[in-house]
Amino acid sequence: MPVTTIDNRPVHVNEEGFLTEPAEWDESLGTALAAQIGLELGDEHWKAIRFLREDYATRGETPTLRRVTVAGGIPTKDLFRLFPSKPAKKLAYVAGLPKPHGCV
Amino acid sequence: MTATDTAPAIVPSFDTPSSTGRKLAIICSKGSLDMAYPGLILANAALGEGVETHMFFTFWGFDIINKKTMGDLKFTPLGNTATHMPQGLGGIPGVTHMATSKLKKSIADLDVPEVPEFLEQIVASGGHLWGCRMSADMNHLTEDDLYNEVEAIISASDFIEKTEGAQLLFI
Repeated sequence: MPVTTIDNRPVHVNEEGFLTEPAEWDESLGTALAAQIGLELGDEHWKAIRFLREDYATRGETPTLRRVTVAGGIPTKDLFRLFPSKPAKKLAYVAGLPKPHGCV
Repeated sequence: MTATDTAPAIVPSFDTPSSTGRKLAIICSKGSLDMAYPGLILANAALGEGVETHMFFTFWGFDIINKKTMGDLKFTPLGNTATHMPQGLGGIPGVTHMATSKLKKSIADLDVPEVPEFLEQIVASGGHLWGCRMSADMNHLTEDDLYNEVEAIISASDFIEKTEGAQLLFI
């Protein structure tokens, strides 16, 4: 797996650029990752990102958008507003997690 | 570490010009539970990828947006060899009910919502739902009979016009 430099530190990523070592992530890196894809993070973004991190830590897989809505309590509409076009992938990227595998 | 770090940073290309402006039209013509889900799942997936998505419900597919039937779609093994059950079984009273319950449970186990909730999620994701004019007229149904988020009952030609340039799926 390649190593790239983000936020002045080396991080392990896959060929697309998603982090492969979730432990290398912290919130300052999250801010830097968001900037790479043109997002400036506010409180609403962080609520979703923190849910993703916690859910991944307990379940070992990135939650799907539906799970962020149902279990994380963040309406689907808001997720599309906060992370436009491809919310599930953008959210996973900023949270330093793999893309979700679920279909729904 | 299998490679050395080099600038520029490796960043996913989420908003490539080729992916913006993509449109998908899904025509749902079947009203059985197993034929409703493919359209719903694909619409949901397309929306999650930033694809403008339009669903057109026609003929039996009208059951998916008819308030009276949308929560009660059924699945039958009859005529479906992919269930690998003797075909005679499908005609026995109660088998459709049993097969429907079993399929619904398998779907719920995967955290996939039931049809009405799935439509709600598709609309919240920016999807467009349209009812077919001829199907509505044939069944004497109006927009009041349909799921509230259906935008309108439109003719086939209106749908074709709305989805100009779209990729199309007929289910």
